[in-house]
Amino acid sequence: MELNIKYFGMLAEATATHEEQMQIETCSVAQLLEKLNHRYPKLANMDFKVAINQQLVRPDSIINSEAEIALLPPFAGG
Amino acid sequence: MNSFNPRYHRQVILPEIGISGQKKLDNAKVLVIGAGGLGCPILQYLVAAGIGTIGIIDFDIVDVSNLHRQILYGKSSLGENKALAAKKRLEDLNSDITIHAYPEKLTTKNALTLFSDYDIVVDGSDNFSTRYLVNDACIITNKPLVYGAIFKFEGQVAIFNYQNGPSYRCLFPEPPKEGSVPSCSEIGVLGVLPGIIGSMQANEVLKIILELDTSLSRKLMTYNCLTTQSVSFNINRVDTEITKVLEAAPHFENHDYDLFCGLQNIKEISAEDAFSIKTAQFIDVRESHEQPKIEKLNPLSIPLGQLQNELNTLDPEKEIIVFCQSGIRSKKAIEILLKHSFINVSHIKGGAVALNNALPDFKAVDNHSSYLKN
Repeated sequence: MELNIKYFGMLAEATATHEEQMQIETCSVAQLLEKLNHRYPKLANMDFKVAINQQLVRPDSIINSEAEIALLPPFAGG
Repeated sequence: MNSFNPRYHRQVILPEIGISGQKKLDNAKVLVIGAGGLGCPILQYLVAAGIGTIGIIDFDIVDVSNLHRQILYGKSSLGENKALAAKKRLEDLNSDITIHAYPEKLTTKNALTLFSDYDIVVDGSDNFSTRYLVNDACIITNKPLVYGAIFKFEGQVAIFNYQNGPSYRCLFPEPPKEGSVPSCSEIGVLGVLPGIIGSMQANEVLKIILELDTSLSRKLMTYNCLTTQSVSFNINRVDTEITKVLEAAPHFENHDYDLFCGLQNIKEISAEDAFSIKTAQFIDVRESHEQPKIEKLNPLSIPLGQLQNELNTLDPEKEIIVFCQSGIRSKKAIEILLKHSFINVSHIKGGAVALNNALPDFKAVDNHSSYLKN
């Protein structure tokens, strides 16, 4: 299945992309993050939340169909 | 104020507002945390709309590098406390309302009393420790929180702690590792972005008061001003996060939010005191072109980026006092020095801006008088 992955804030800088597509089998959010950390080692040291189809989810949530995944870091600027 | 004030005519004729809506605005009390990039547009629109009572808390002073986005200030406000300078400007914008300025830092000691006097709290702060402090104080005093935050070209807006909705901790239970998220002063920000995000926050405040659509509660809205894309995410309330804050409420005053956010306890010296210290080695960690120069302190100039390599030029036996422009880079410098076993180190609160103000005889205004003489 195909995932559309969106990177927000400094995650877009760490991955040098705002958005990309990825082919993947059914997996948990944590498993997806492992793959992403492998591809982008900088991500491993960053704090962020994950959303599946605009719903914030926990690391044990399962991704089992085509979805839009968003990685959201906290901002503090004002 | 009466509800027939022609000032509000264009919003009163909206059926969604009307005279009864204007009365609600007049009766409302809103506290704005921070009168900076977000705070300025928030305050400007809330004041213009006729919110009856507005509180502004900010300890910071207006610096020239604020002016490209902090649109309540001009040349005449440089060096002034932001809460007081904002109040002055806003009272000219609308004298029919009451504005309270608190020219101080929001702390665990003053937050609960302050929040209790208001109906809604708006977060326009610029650091994680204040954001967690504001969130927790809103939970404890049961006040809705209109949140906004920015990073480079992106912003986030949400309503927290409203009608049993989620809190900031339900979204981000723990602060990020210290230093992993840079600030506007470190990486820059386009001035319009806080204008957009702050205006959105003001919009949410007005809708809460007017009992219009508040569907942004339970959502995090993100906006990217480069792509003009906006995406909203659903957030669930996490009761355990809220219970944790309520259970710790009796000890709130003693909670160290800087420590919670990984900030070390860094010794600060006021600009006024700095000039009476004769034995210390002062270090200016700004870039060489930055003004004003504080020659009276006879500082060593070592830009922050070079500090690591120049440590051997410093005497570890001597007291070291660091300053930068406003007090942010100097904190980083202290962290570097502490890591390398320099013990007697501190930095100057408010940096060169505060130093320049603390020493009127040496102010850059001198240029003006010499100009006159010529």
